[in-house]
Amino acid sequence: MKKGLLKYLFSTVARMLVLLVAVTLMSFLLVHNAPMDPVDAFLGEIVVSEEQRAKIAEHWGLDKSPAEQYVIWVKNTLHGDMGESRTYHEPVTKVLGERFRASLLLMGTAWILSGVLGLLLGIVAGVYKDRWPDRIIKTFSLILASTPVFWIGLLVLVVFAVELQWFPLGLAVPIGKVESEVTWMERLHHLVLPALTLSITGVANIILHTRQKLIDVMESEYVLFARARGETLKQLVMRHGLRNIALPAITLQFASISELFGGSVLAERVFSYPGLGSTAVVAGMQADAPLLLGIALFSALFVFAGNLTANILYGIIDPQIREGGGSNG
Amino acid sequence: MEKEILLDVQHLSVGFESYNAKVEKVFFNAISDLNLTVHKGEIVAIVGSSGSGKSLLAHAVMNILPDNARTGGTMFYKGELLTPERMNRLRGHEIAFIPQSVAFLDPLMQVGEQVVGTLGEKARTLQQKAFEHFGLKQSVAKLYPFQLSGGMARRVLLSTSYVAETEMIIADEPTPGLDLKIAIEALKDFRIQADQGKGVILITHDIDLALHVADKIAIFYDGRVVETADTQTFRGDGQGLKHPYSRALFHALPQNGFNLQRCPKCGATCATWNVDEKGMRCGCGNS
Amino acid sequence: MADIKYDKTGNCGSFGLNRRREILLIILSGVVFLSGVCLWGLLMDPSLYAPDYEARRLAPSLSHLFGTDSLGRDMFYRTVCGLSTSIQIGLLSALISSVIALVLGSMSAVFGGRVDTAVGFMVDLCMGVPHLILLILISIAVGGGAAGVITGVAVTHWPNLTRVIRAEVLQIRSAQYVQIARKLGKSNWHIAAKHIVPHVFPQYLVGLILLFPHAILHEAAITFLGYGLPLDTPAVGVILAESMKHLAAGMWWLAFFPGLALLFMTQLFDIVGDYLKILIDPHSARQ
Repeated sequence: MKKGLLKYLFSTVARMLVLLVAVTLMSFLLVHNAPMDPVDAFLGEIVVSEEQRAKIAEHWGLDKSPAEQYVIWVKNTLHGDMGESRTYHEPVTKVLGERFRASLLLMGTAWILSGVLGLLLGIVAGVYKDRWPDRIIKTFSLILASTPVFWIGLLVLVVFAVELQWFPLGLAVPIGKVESEVTWMERLHHLVLPALTLSITGVANIILHTRQKLIDVMESEYVLFARARGETLKQLVMRHGLRNIALPAITLQFASISELFGGSVLAERVFSYPGLGSTAVVAGMQADAPLLLGIALFSALFVFAGNLTANILYGIIDPQIREGGGSNG
Repeated sequence: MEKEILLDVQHLSVGFESYNAKVEKVFFNAISDLNLTVHKGEIVAIVGSSGSGKSLLAHAVMNILPDNARTGGTMFYKGELLTPERMNRLRGHEIAFIPQSVAFLDPLMQVGEQVVGTLGEKARTLQQKAFEHFGLKQSVAKLYPFQLSGGMARRVLLSTSYVAETEMIIADEPTPGLDLKIAIEALKDFRIQADQGKGVILITHDIDLALHVADKIAIFYDGRVVETADTQTFRGDGQGLKHPYSRALFHALPQNGFNLQRCPKCGATCATWNVDEKGMRCGCGNS
Repeated sequence: MADIKYDKTGNCGSFGLNRRREILLIILSGVVFLSGVCLWGLLMDPSLYAPDYEARRLAPSLSHLFGTDSLGRDMFYRTVCGLSTSIQIGLLSALISSVIALVLGSMSAVFGGRVDTAVGFMVDLCMGVPHLILLILISIAVGGGAAGVITGVAVTHWPNLTRVIRAEVLQIRSAQYVQIARKLGKSNWHIAAKHIVPHVFPQYLVGLILLFPHAILHEAAITFLGYGLPLDTPAVGVILAESMKHLAAGMWWLAFFPGLALLFMTQLFDIVGDYLKILIDPHSARQ
């Protein structure tokens, strides 16, 4: 591996770690500052004595100062213990693990679908700039970009689940079935509508960016020269277009993970899909601090992992970073 | 003996549509009523100041102007009408264009690959020959444009005209950035190619260099060729030149003493004067 | 090649209205419409969308354009009220967000160095957590309700505009005429008032207007999830969340029309913003 790439990777990882610590601190402060009393939220209608309340608070470490609580949380988290979810009465790591598996399937499908579709449509629009394929694709994307995810979800639900009855109304598995008896087909059947909803909302951004980038490339001087050397439109797109939109496309695709995560919260809510997103909503309602913190940390890690992958791929693909810059020979 | 005409450009005009501050479509004329003839075996230098639209002439001939450009006039290549469709077939094969900077190379493609282009295996051998010819190591082929020095980039660009069987070369400022030795080498190269019967259009702002190799000099000003003269005319005191702008340009050369004509009334140098087909005069109203 | 077709005035526009006026008209009608909806909702008599047990679960008709819900409330008037609420909240939070962006962006550009790094870090921090998760956290920290939504949307939407303003201020500060003004001994206040503010303000305005749709969509999203506006407010998020219970019963209109109206409104904001951009920077009109 070249020296330039190593140095680049090191600085990227270092910067991201600092950011990650800052994100946990920010989330901790936000959750800690909530006026909602976690003991009240936990007990709900149950009436207990002051003594018992104090005991619960002590058990959760609420009697300590915020700084101490944060340090304890960080220490435990580094040991793989993120506390116990007050809503689910299970270790946070276990809840996250289970929910994440469902979410990963949903987000992964939507990510690939929107990525591939967005890239293809973006290229078509860029190549046929200002002609009818572009006009249709562009208008469609512009409208889609400002359409609420959950509304699309509701429409999809009405059309495909209520009217046509092709797909189930919600959930990840058929109601009343034991986890071990659920078949893959049943899982897929439940996955289609939420994944479709999530893909539709993610695709607009990717189309518009890919289109713009390809237009920039096609108007560049190097494409002008390639044209002067007799390359056909197809050769221009294949030789120079794809090569030069690859890097921004990778960045965009991985940057879209953050948005996808936000979208999945809404899509999961509409389809009652038991993933990480709907868990976040429940955790917030119950002031379930450990679970909320866990989700915040997890989502940040997820976003960072995406950015890091994009940066690494960038370093490997971009000759300017790979070869370390400067002229030689 | 009159040589065969290779390229004949008649009444070429190039303009652009754009939007002004009032968001109205406006038309901006960059080249108007330009005439130019290139014979086989001839180097025609188009000389004009930077930013006068010389490059657009090359782009218009190659049919690579942007979408918002509008062109008028007629062109003939080898005696036949040069339609945009015919140009699209010829460029890169019979007619080569040499651009002016490294920005014309794909930043993410190795330069050897770019010189070969879409011309196949035969071109690869020619590329290696061309690199050798211009004193570039074969390892340069594996470099990316950002790794090239200015001079190397220029030589790589020159190499691109070697990989096809070109009959005409349009070179846009091919020499800046090259040291004098290689610059003269490159220009000599155009001479050799011209002597083989090719036609060369050399676009430059450097009249001195042009005088070294060109057969004819076309003086370009404000989108027009104000005068086309044989190189011999640019000798002595330049009295053979018809247009005062050509004479002024000639007199401003170092070896002619940097002489700048001044307006007798207000003293402004001729560099600020208005130029048209007939002559040039100072904007203060004195002729 | 065909001759150039354009008239001598240089104006190719064939429409009777001057294009600038046409754009102004579009912007004006957009603004009038949006403020109209906002006012209508504010001043609306609540009895128009009060429960009416005689008219429950009615599909859209002429007397109930958007139909009625299971309590017999007229969905059209409820939607108008919801849009009005959305516009108000969107305006307020976008305004706060844009002021944050203006302050941070200018500080970043003017002071540079550590301030710039710190602002950059804050931008990264804000982008490091998915927006919706951050919105939930902030909403909880503030204690939910309208305050939670406004705070949440305001503190999550500044990063993009901050970058734009930083770049604009940097660009204008290094511009030649500002450098000259500085050399001429003009005070920083003079330069800021005469050069920087007039240049940055239009960009800020466009940025602000393009923030509205985002702010409105996020307000609706967070309300839809149950963290935003209280359940008894006629907000589009609330309406859509309620509709979920009745969709399976075939009452599609409960979700369809309010969402469509929301989409229409965000599109209108986008159009106003885009056309404003064209007025400020006519070059962006070159489609």
